[in-house]
Amino acid sequence: MTAPTIRFRDVTKVFRRANGRDDLLAVDRLSFEIATGEIVAVLGKTGCGKSTMFNLVAGLIEPTSGEVEVIGHDPFREFEFFRGKIGIIFQNDRLMPWRTALDNVLLGLEILDVAHERAEAVARGWLARLGLSGHENDYPHALSGGMRQRVSIARAFAVEPDILLCDEPFSALDEMTARSLRAEFIRLVQQNRKTAVFVTHLINEAMEVGDRILVFHRPARIALEMRRNPDDEQGARKRILEVLALEDAAP
Amino acid sequence: MDPRVKQFLQAAASTIVLLAAWQTASYFFPHYLFPPLLDVVKRVVDIVISGPLLTEVLVTAARIFAGLAGAFLLGAVVALLIGRSPFIESYVTPVLVFLQGIPALSWVVIAIIWFHGIEFRIFFIMVLTTLPAFTFQILDAFRSMSKDLFEMTMAFRPRTWTLFRVLIVPTIVPGILTAWKVNIGNAARVVVVAELVGATGGVGYQLLRQQQLFDMAGAIAWTLQLVLFVLVVQQAIVAIEGFVLRYRAVSERAM
Repeated sequence: MTAPTIRFRDVTKVFRRANGRDDLLAVDRLSFEIATGEIVAVLGKTGCGKSTMFNLVAGLIEPTSGEVEVIGHDPFREFEFFRGKIGIIFQNDRLMPWRTALDNVLLGLEILDVAHERAEAVARGWLARLGLSGHENDYPHALSGGMRQRVSIARAFAVEPDILLCDEPFSALDEMTARSLRAEFIRLVQQNRKTAVFVTHLINEAMEVGDRILVFHRPARIALEMRRNPDDEQGARKRILEVLALEDAAP
Repeated sequence: MDPRVKQFLQAAASTIVLLAAWQTASYFFPHYLFPPLLDVVKRVVDIVISGPLLTEVLVTAARIFAGLAGAFLLGAVVALLIGRSPFIESYVTPVLVFLQGIPALSWVVIAIIWFHGIEFRIFFIMVLTTLPAFTFQILDAFRSMSKDLFEMTMAFRPRTWTLFRVLIVPTIVPGILTAWKVNIGNAARVVVVAELVGATGGVGYQLLRQQQLFDMAGAIAWTLQLVLFVLVVQQAIVAIEGFVLRYRAVSERAM
């Protein structure tokens, strides 16, 4: 059996407040594993610690205690090891306003020192796949919200990462745009055999994207874990709703 | 009407009113108080076409650029150190605030007592008087860097120099350009004070001579040289800004 790509062992994250009191427990002894090539949807209400878990996987923050392992390494401490291995699609597009669409997609490739000609061919290719041919030289302010998010998807895929992390990437878009981008995203992840963590607060989105769904309660801990079963979507939705309602009922 | 044409006409109108008032005053007051515009224009042209006199203007311009470049480089290093270390910030910031409170004239006196070389004295005064502003403006630009963009860039694991090139420099460039625009005016005022007291050449020295000769037309002509220099440099910075910040969206509706 192959080792999991992502592993959390009793991970806790506490944010220290400026006043030194009222520390915020964001993640509470969280443990889970994600296998290579698996797409896991992490579902929970706003403020339940999904994004904190996401930032821990990305190595953007350090756990207070416990162990985060990604491809067998510590994503926070082993900074160099993860060059080009993790691609991130954020909730907002996070495009650099001073770079054109093409230059934004080139960013990761530039950081990875890919030869410019090859990098440009790759970036143009990804923009074309995402329906942005002809917009290569447009600055972000000249693009619609959906187009900007497509550029950020292209930027994440262009570096050919082993792992894709997505933090509510379509939540700021209208339903029609989100639906088409979601379908495109699933196709790209499956086609490129990526391991993906998809954070969302939408039950339908989690059920559509994830091979497996982790439902979080606040502070981030797993309240329900389930595999996608296309034959019993109604039942799965009902269980998720019940678990989410339990959190409201808790004292 | 094109807004730029309108803006130009408004500026021209107020300038014409000012010049007309001056010319009118020249009819009623002695010429050593209000010289006729023609005399002033003639003196301005004399300076521009005369090699030695124009050299005086260029010497002052070089002193301004040298002082600003020194303060900018030093300010950038200090801002970077403060930005990276709260420990350094707690020690250096009070010193910069203290420096900000010292008048330019005090620096002139201190420089004359401390140093012999005229050029070094002026360079010292220019650097010390513009350093705090440069440091604070660069630091402010650095701190206004978007956390979102920083995290996005860090997710690719850039090396320090690459991070500097792809994120930090583009982030602080607007702040740097603003700092130059603000400081060029301040520097022009300070350099005149420094030259007035401690130099044997330059616009400040020439102003001192005009004062001794009671020559108002000459004083205004030399002052205008400096004003023109500042305007030209400001326009050059605006042009650079327009090119570098061309990515910015502009609303069709004026405020």
